[in-house]
Amino acid sequence: MLELREVTKNYGGLRSLDSVNLHAEAEMITGLIGPNGAGKTTMINCISGLDHPTSGEIIFDGHSIERTPAHRITGYGLARTYQNIRLFNQMSVLENLIVAQHSDGRATLVEALFFLPSHLREYRQQRERAFELLERFHLMNVKDAPAGSLPYGDQRRLEMARALATNPKMILLDEPTAGMNPIETHELGEHILQMKEDGLTILVIEHDMSLISQVCDEVYVLNFGVIIANDTVENIKQNEEVIVAYLGRED
Amino acid sequence: MEFIFDLLTPYGITENTFQNMLIAAILGISIYITLYAGLFSLANAGFMATGAYVSVILTTRYEWDFLLAVGAGIIAAGLISAIISVPVLRLSDIYLAIATIGFGEILVVLLRNFDRIYELIVNKEETITGGATGIKGIPVITTTEYLLLYLGIVVFLMVRLHRSRFGRALVAIRQDNKVAANMGINVVYYQNMAFILGAMIAGGAGALHGHLNRIILPENYGFDRAVDILTFAVLGGTTTIIGPIVGGFIIAYLPEILRRTDLVGLLGDIFGTDLGRYQANVRDMTVGMILLGVIVFLPQGIASPAMWRRVANRIWNLFNPAEKSDA
Amino acid sequence: MATHQNSLEWRASVREIRNRLKVLTERYPIIANVLIIVLSALLGYFIPYLAAEPIFRTEFNNPEQNFILMLARAGWYSMFALGYALVFSILGLLNLAHGAVYMAGAFAGLWITANQDLPIEYALPAGMLAGGLIGILVDWVAFLPLRARNAPRTSQLISSIGASIFLVNLAFILFIDQFNAPVNRFPAEKVNSIRAFQGTVPIERIEVFGLTLIDQLDYTVFPMQVTMFVVAIVMLIFLQFVIAHSKIGKAMRVVAYNPKVAQLLGINVSLIFAVTFFLSGAFAGAAGVLQGMFRVVGPFMGSEVGLIGLTVIVLGGMRSIPGAVVGSFIIANLQIATIAMGYSWLEEAVVFLALFLMLLIRPQGILGEPLQDRA
Ligand SMILES: Nc1ncnc2c1ncn2[C@@H]1O[C@H](COP(=O)(O)OP(=O)(O)O)[C@@H](O)[C@H]1O
Ligand SMILES: [Mg+2]
Repeated sequence: MLELREVTKNYGGLRSLDSVNLHAEAEMITGLIGPNGAGKTTMINCISGLDHPTSGEIIFDGHSIERTPAHRITGYGLARTYQNIRLFNQMSVLENLIVAQHSDGRATLVEALFFLPSHLREYRQQRERAFELLERFHLMNVKDAPAGSLPYGDQRRLEMARALATNPKMILLDEPTAGMNPIETHELGEHILQMKEDGLTILVIEHDMSLISQVCDEVYVLNFGVIIANDTVENIKQNEEVIVAYLGRED
Repeated sequence: MEFIFDLLTPYGITENTFQNMLIAAILGISIYITLYAGLFSLANAGFMATGAYVSVILTTRYEWDFLLAVGAGIIAAGLISAIISVPVLRLSDIYLAIATIGFGEILVVLLRNFDRIYELIVNKEETITGGATGIKGIPVITTTEYLLLYLGIVVFLMVRLHRSRFGRALVAIRQDNKVAANMGINVVYYQNMAFILGAMIAGGAGALHGHLNRIILPENYGFDRAVDILTFAVLGGTTTIIGPIVGGFIIAYLPEILRRTDLVGLLGDIFGTDLGRYQANVRDMTVGMILLGVIVFLPQGIASPAMWRRVANRIWNLFNPAEKSDA
Repeated sequence: MATHQNSLEWRASVREIRNRLKVLTERYPIIANVLIIVLSALLGYFIPYLAAEPIFRTEFNNPEQNFILMLARAGWYSMFALGYALVFSILGLLNLAHGAVYMAGAFAGLWITANQDLPIEYALPAGMLAGGLIGILVDWVAFLPLRARNAPRTSQLISSIGASIFLVNLAFILFIDQFNAPVNRFPAEKVNSIRAFQGTVPIERIEVFGLTLIDQLDYTVFPMQVTMFVVAIVMLIFLQFVIAHSKIGKAMRVVAYNPKVAQLLGINVSLIFAVTFFLSGAFAGAAGVLQGMFRVVGPFMGSEVGLIGLTVIVLGGMRSIPGAVVGSFIIANLQIATIAMGYSWLEEAVVFLALFLMLLIRPQGILGEPLQDRA
């Protein structure tokens, strides 16, 4: 579904990603772990089109996307969340979910001007889809509140709902449990597994090994921009290099 | 119409003042739409000039029908904005502001020297824009009805825009253009469209304004005008469509307010000078103060619903102390 | 693929050279600046020369004269733009009230010589002091409240426009009050009494390394023009020296890098901001007084130079102080060349065209770092 070939990203003199190769199998959950500053967010930015790699290829669902603008990548069916939550804070929860369905819409300004039925129908459909997501992520009772006023856990879930609203085939989650307690983390893991059930491909970046153990089929380990290991969760936990680079730091 | 003025004249709003207020409101909306898309552009004075010169030349030189000429002015402004939007909108923030200031100044110089350039190219002497002295003797065709109609159309356009896919995309872009792109919104396209739409609105305002005062001059459309237009939006606020309208009305009514409160006389007394002849400068000074004061103390503008709600709440709480302890 | 690799290498080596140059200019600011000025001036000699020589050579349009005019202009612009660039490089904000401060300095200088009847020698310090103090005042009123709440940069742009309009029109009222007219001149006899401005400078031949720059000048140089240039150079070097070697200059650099870090290091950030605005205003005031002696003083004298100064710093790189000088020379050259070719009516147009094109081609300016856009 997603493949990175020899992807390198330089910021000035700093090499954030160094010949990274990665393959995320369709309808599987791939994990990406690594210490702070390893280049995980940089990788997601390059995949989702907010940034472009210095060299290398990124192939998503048959499209070569390393130079494609972000909105087009979304149109191909790739969605993401952000490490530091980035909701449209002044919009209501419902509006956040409606604006995310932009690519699926066709209605033009002219149709809106003359109240054409196509415009109204499309808006009604988008509302319905938004309500489904509100229901699923337990956000119904806050649907009219400004997104910025929500408690932290709700914001995390809204961000995930918003990513799903773009109607993706694959979703990239950047540290989705940052700042959550173990119970909330586990609950979020359930949501992620549910998405897999629904046929979504998932790449999840994490710090927290418990979520990785809970959901991942395969794990990549990134350290200083280099992939140092790629294996199942159990094997990764045994891997010497990984323990030194990353897990060892935790205890 | 008469009855409106019967209502307004006691407040010093003559037909002329009212027309200026309407124009100001339209110009305020023209910059509102670009700000709404997260673009800080000061180019709308230039687009106003485009609309004014194109339509006036068409009605006076080629005797076009007025409405057709206005339409041509709107289209001309749209075309020019479409041409410059591609390179200019790659910039953002203060760089965009500077580039659009530069554009406005270039346009003014061009208008001032258009005839000379024409002569250089075509090798024929002709008076088209009339250089620094402008075009004189323009027939006064614009009426209050035309202005009201145009404002009505523009407001309708904006209100519908807010409720459309287009409008929602703009709000998303303004709040976070990177995330908007990740939501599938073509940021460049929508910003370009908003820029062009703003330019066309300003072009129409320019065309109507051009047929209001018998004369148009390049100097009318320079940096000072750009700042005026910005003031309409800043004073009223840019969270709702009401903002630029209120802002435009107040600034256009300002000279009258100054006259009624006799600020000119007051300042004159303080400095011991007769400022009677210098009303325009006192007015400009007030505009400067408003711009500074609003941006410092009321960043949402004076027509911000959120602010008024807060004020209303506070007053409510003042009279119902019990409510507060409940909450 | 291979060409891509080549262009990457090429870029890397360009970057390397730039970095080395940067280190050198930081280590030896005075030498670097003198070099920049000499190079720009030489360039500026040949451009108007080429422009004027073949067709238009007349008594009033000859390369020697154009060269002097260009130097005076470049001096005037750099004096003004230095303060502009200084504020931008330390605080990252564009102070569009800088033109108003320039005007205020000129006004103060004029007022104490024409109205208070003090000797003309006091005009320059008075203008600098007034400019500096008004600069600080502008910061307090227009920028400090916005900084405190972390408002966007565009808000600061708006408030500085507001401050500018206010100051200019207030000055207008004060002019009417003090002089009964909206413009005024420095008393001619006082200006002429300054020794540096007296008489004419007999220049017959200037050679540099055997190259004849000026030969048989049948034109009397206004010493004023030369003074303008010299004062600008002295100020530039002074400013660079302060930033490079003084304690306060080092603090300024830390604040420019990151005010929060500076705070943690125990630097009095508010003081540094005040010093920055004072210096910036004082430079503008000096430029205002000198130019005011040359032409007229009036409330609107700052608007034209304000926009030209904006162009200058955009060309040079808004964060770069030597860039302000480079930009000044470029603009002065462009303008003088345009005039020399007989298109004086395009004198303003070339400035704004340069501004516009620079922003499209290289928004960070000639000496600026690339603008980065964090995802
Ligand atoms: N836009 C950028 N400009 C410069 N450096 C960046 C940028 N984005 C990330 N970096 C640098 O790249 C490195 C990797 O960062 P990041 O991808 O955020 O790591 P992670 O998400 O694994 O914690 C860091 O050293 C960071 O400072
Ligand atoms: Mg990260």
